[in-house]
Amino acid sequence: MANNLRPFVGKEQQFLQEGTYGENFIITSVDRILSWARLSSIWPMTFGLACCAIEMMATAASRYDLDRFGAGVMRPSPRQTDLMIVAGTVTLKMADRIKRLYDQMPEPKYVLAMGSCATSGGPYWQHGYHVLKGVDLIVPVDVYVTGCPPRPEALIDGVLKIQEKIRKESNFARKKQERANV
Amino acid sequence: MNPEEIHQKLQAKFADEIIAVNTDALDPYIQVAPARFLEIATFLCEDPALSFKSLMSLSGMDYGAETELGVVYSLHSLAKKHKITIRINVDRTDAHIPSAETVWRTADWHEREAYDLFGIHFDGHRDLRRILCPEDWEGWPLRKDYIVQEYYHGMRVPYQEDWQKYETFSRNPERGHHVFEFESKVPGLLNGSQENGDDSAGKSEDRTDG
Repeated sequence: MANNLRPFVGKEQQFLQEGTYGENFIITSVDRILSWARLSSIWPMTFGLACCAIEMMATAASRYDLDRFGAGVMRPSPRQTDLMIVAGTVTLKMADRIKRLYDQMPEPKYVLAMGSCATSGGPYWQHGYHVLKGVDLIVPVDVYVTGCPPRPEALIDGVLKIQEKIRKESNFARKKQERANV
Repeated sequence: MNPEEIHQKLQAKFADEIIAVNTDALDPYIQVAPARFLEIATFLCEDPALSFKSLMSLSGMDYGAETELGVVYSLHSLAKKHKITIRINVDRTDAHIPSAETVWRTADWHEREAYDLFGIHFDGHRDLRRILCPEDWEGWPLRKDYIVQEYYHGMRVPYQEDWQKYETFSRNPERGHHVFEFESKVPGLLNGSQENGDDSAGKSEDRTDG
């Protein structure tokens, strides 16, 4: 990510003023409030590939309740999602489909590689003839979560890392760069 | 019926097809020739005294790189409460067996699996496609002389450092397939530097040959 997409790093406090105009008034920038809105409603895509998906389901269920962080709205269509949680072993047969799903997601989009299989091939890295050795070979990964499978707390921590990443992004700078790229 | 009686019944009808019998094994088996297997299967299934209506399992086998492939049929009769195992061995270069898919519906996907992973062709199967691997996959993965393809749809299949080893390794004649030495696979992993890793790769190759 280019540096110009992170105007708030190190000076976030300047953009949040409380108490200047009395109670119940906060002064901030539109850019920052947009980022806040986006990070508070990350919609993950509903798909699981292996046993990590069981932990992902447990994370989304009531005991760990991923919805506390706004990330519990699992969408069945890639067109409506912001976050792809790659939960499980990525076989080469599935890798084509994952690449297609990622391409179908609208920008801005994020990928979370959950567990050692999605990160590096896991136990199949050496002799697994059918396993992709890390999903980062086909899609750009933002956050890696370790574990086999990771605890729900670890997945929640990964989602919080995604939130921190979104918080530091500037929507206007990203739009500007997208226009420049076109 | 005990396995010996089942063998007698088969012997009376298909004497020329039976190659070997072992009724003392934990799973008593009868090895038959592949040529008239469809008739044998139909007889086993429909003979009132045998009545093997249930095909519990169909397994592909590889008995080593220099020997044969095989298929093992585990049969069970719910009505008669007896079991038997049928074995068929076929040549590695020309693996063809008549399909029993029309006799037992169970055989449909099981035969597709054996075809997918061992390359055993079941003649007469109505839908013989790969069932687990992608349809454009190369080779038969569970064969002992299988060498994985380098790329699939532009994605690298073996781990990067493994491929040099794949290209240079020699087949182990005793076990019929490839044996890797771990320290030689990832140069520098154990010794800490690239140069040392290459040295250890050379040493471990010597050890493999010895």
